Amino acid sequence: MRFGVVVFPGSNCDHDAWYAVRENLGQEADFIWHDSDRLGNVDAVILPGGFSYGDYLRCGAIAKFSPVMQAVKKFAGDGGLVLGICNGFQILVEAGLLPGALVRNAGLKFVCREVRLRTETTDSPFTAAAQKGQILRVPIAHGEGCYVADDRTLDELEAEDRVVFRYEDNPNGSERDIAGILNRQRNVMGMMPHPERASDPLMGSADGIVVFQSMVSAFAHA
Amino acid sequence: MTTITPDLIATHQLTEQEYDKIVGILGREPSYTELGIFSVMWSEHCSYKSSRLHLKKLPTRGKLVVQGPGENAGIIDIGGGYVAAFKIESHNHPSFIEPFQGAATGVGGILRDIFTMGARPIAVMDALRFGPLDDPGNGARNRRIVEGVVSGIAHYGNCFGVPTVGGECVFESCYNGNPLVNVFALGVAKKDEIFYAKAAGIGNPVIYVGAKTGKDGIHGASMASAEFTEESKQKRPNVQVGDPFLEKLLLEACLEAMHTGAIVGIQDMGAAGLTCSTCEMGSRGGTGIEIELDLVPQRETGMTSYEIMLSESQERMLLVAENGREEEVFHVFKKWGLDAVTVGQVTGDGLLRVRQHGEIVAEIPNQPLADSAPLYDRPHTQPLRRAPMEAPEFESQDLTRDLEMLLASADVCSKRWIWQQYDYQVRTNTVAGPGADAAILRVKETGESLAMSLDGNPRYCYLSPREGAKLIVAECCRNLAVVGAEPVGATNNLNFGNPERPEIMAQLVEAIEGIAEACRHFETPITGGNVSLYNETLGEGIWPTPVVGIVGLMKTGAAVVTHFREPGRAVMLIGGTDECEPVRFGGTQYAKVILEQLWGLPPALDMDYEKRVQAAMRAIARAGLAESAHDLSDGGFAVALAECSFGPDSVGACVYVDEEGSLPIALFHEGPSRILISTSEPRQAQQIANEHGVDAMQIGVTIKDRLQIINHGKVLIDGQISTLKRAWEGALERMLHA
Repeated sequence: MRFGVVVFPGSNCDHDAWYAVRENLGQEADFIWHDSDRLGNVDAVILPGGFSYGDYLRCGAIAKFSPVMQAVKKFAGDGGLVLGICNGFQILVEAGLLPGALVRNAGLKFVCREVRLRTETTDSPFTAAAQKGQILRVPIAHGEGCYVADDRTLDELEAEDRVVFRYEDNPNGSERDIAGILNRQRNVMGMMPHPERASDPLMGSADGIVVFQSMVSAFAHA
Repeated sequence: MTTITPDLIATHQLTEQEYDKIVGILGREPSYTELGIFSVMWSEHCSYKSSRLHLKKLPTRGKLVVQGPGENAGIIDIGGGYVAAFKIESHNHPSFIEPFQGAATGVGGILRDIFTMGARPIAVMDALRFGPLDDPGNGARNRRIVEGVVSGIAHYGNCFGVPTVGGECVFESCYNGNPLVNVFALGVAKKDEIFYAKAAGIGNPVIYVGAKTGKDGIHGASMASAEFTEESKQKRPNVQVGDPFLEKLLLEACLEAMHTGAIVGIQDMGAAGLTCSTCEMGSRGGTGIEIELDLVPQRETGMTSYEIMLSESQERMLLVAENGREEEVFHVFKKWGLDAVTVGQVTGDGLLRVRQHGEIVAEIPNQPLADSAPLYDRPHTQPLRRAPMEAPEFESQDLTRDLEMLLASADVCSKRWIWQQYDYQVRTNTVAGPGADAAILRVKETGESLAMSLDGNPRYCYLSPREGAKLIVAECCRNLAVVGAEPVGATNNLNFGNPERPEIMAQLVEAIEGIAEACRHFETPITGGNVSLYNETLGEGIWPTPVVGIVGLMKTGAAVVTHFREPGRAVMLIGGTDECEPVRFGGTQYAKVILEQLWGLPPALDMDYEKRVQAAMRAIARAGLAESAHDLSDGGFAVALAECSFGPDSVGACVYVDEEGSLPIALFHEGPSRILISTSEPRQAQQIANEHGVDAMQIGVTIKDRLQIINHGKVLIDGQISTLKRAWEGALERMLHA
């Protein structure tokens, strides 16, 4: 399977995602430059963490206009797997591929630490290889990771089983402890925690690799 | 045309003699622009005129040293065809005036020093010094400075994408008006792709890349070379504003441009901006440089040549490319959306020639400008100290309570509030991060790992700059030994007061000599560093604050952690229980926090024994015998034991001591050369220690949930881990929000 990792000029977890896919997962990975309106021959897209275009404005607010995002939208519309991690989640929300918004952490400070995530659904190509209720130790590193949406949207996310991960110990004030969500078609997921940082036991946890493994098996069975 | 008057010379912080020397070099009076250029290049910050003579005493050679002092960063060989480039820099003065941007641009400056050499930065550590958070007069300001500095570091490092993997933070009254922000950065490059800051090849284009030049930071270098007065607050415009996103673009573009093979030399524009980068590159290359200021990208119109040459706008680089290959360089910078403009060329006449609006506004020989700055052998007497030698009478009412107070004190308590704001994992190399004795970074390119440690101790150095400096180097190396790493190279940041005062100069000289002696002993050559003098406000200087960063090499593997992991393990003290004279207790955290006094001398150090302890510890770690390891430092034995108990699983210890003398001294003295480990193989660990001529004995066992220290059947300390941990973990936040 070939993953495409999008590189915005301010992406800084692009290499980490690339490395996790290649070295920890044993799959292929290519970088896709933000200026490109074609994704190339990839089977899934990762929007990595970082600060896309500096993000001095709202995180991801400029990224949604980039040529690559037009291609990502089309790819997602055609049913392709898209995973947005951290800044990638922020961009997906700004681009309208996922509902809601990500705002300043409740503590108003950047937080980097390991969190415990509860796997809320395995009915997704991103968690099919996990157990429902499984607790994953995965780090977060963000200043604007507080997930907010209106009640109707939140109710809908829950009713449609689209909340993929919840924080066991909410680090940023996210509504209903939401850490990761799916789109309605279930082929696009955004999550604030970094599974690529938890894909190698040497880094303290390999719990996050299950996200990528799920994508591989979903692709194999597609 | 501005006339050069004695007043103007004085406001440029040049002495009459220095001015005469300038006239001698030029053979005429300087222009206003030239005066500005000389004043920044000959400032203490850029020229090291007070310290250079003594810095020569530092050992700089070693079998792994590829590049010693004199370049943007030092370089050591880390094997496998790769090198590590590292250096420490201070941004003290700006961080006092504007904490957020001051600290942020401090990070930016040292990162550029690293990637200028062709190395991608992979880790940063910080040494921070602040006034006490509960200081009666300055507490509120100190708290604001802490908040600003920490978020400034986070802002810059997090966005740039370099992990901040550790550091240290100390609070003393002497930093009320002079906080210190020292940033230690490290990068990795291929050994055959190192770049140097040299202008070579007559006719080669000189290219300006990165941010546009504005009026910010003019005279930053001179500001950093003077004491603070009431008027210094007006210097806020001297502090630059950082743009970490732009720096990230600059990093990627520079590394990519270097790969084209079209770049001959490159230097960042840091202190003294365009001035420093042009004349230093010319001087190193033995060439001249001619630049046309009309071509320099500018943020506003109407800037004078003086302002353009002295601006310290951030995120700029100067490079020399191979003639005819400019387009390759421009292409890369265009891809990253950055300005890249040819502003001049390398010449054969050895002159820095600056033109603007068709006129020559400065023409100075590069070599004397960069290298013939005044060199002073400033008088030095006895180091300043106002502390008694004699120990006072003291005893403890309640040792458990003393321990709790120490754990909740500013220097000892957990610094999680600080480091949780830093992304310490980005680039997924952080095997051990903040909170560990040493940070460990795996190097994906070589399959091996690097360990980094950063230390300083102003109390020790105030009592004896020489002994304090040696203890710092020893502790840094010990921190590396704890995780099984071999120290191979060092960098230092010397933060002192006004060198024109002989008793301050004496502190500097003794500290340098102490570092030199210890670095020789521990075989850690100094590959570069920084000197920050005039850390004084309203005549009150900081305590001598040398900070040392040391890099070690090790195999990649799971890190030896600080905390106990399983109950029922043997707790061993490697290095043995040394006696401590009361006179050697006066610089400890116990003396500071519990007794509120300072006296005597720092702990005694036997460098030979220390070296053997470190070798023994490395051997034990490498044999996989240490389930946990932590060196004894601030707060001594009892504090170290408590820190070992603060892991996720609430495993403490019950240990036995054998004390006849003073109990506070026994439990809280800070004698070096001691490491606590937990192990399931105490006999094997002991055997390895003994083979190194080092004492090691089992002093107790790990247990669940409690910490107990027992002396001859009498319980000295007995505490719940949860209670102690709460005191330790939340203290900083409580103090900040008091």
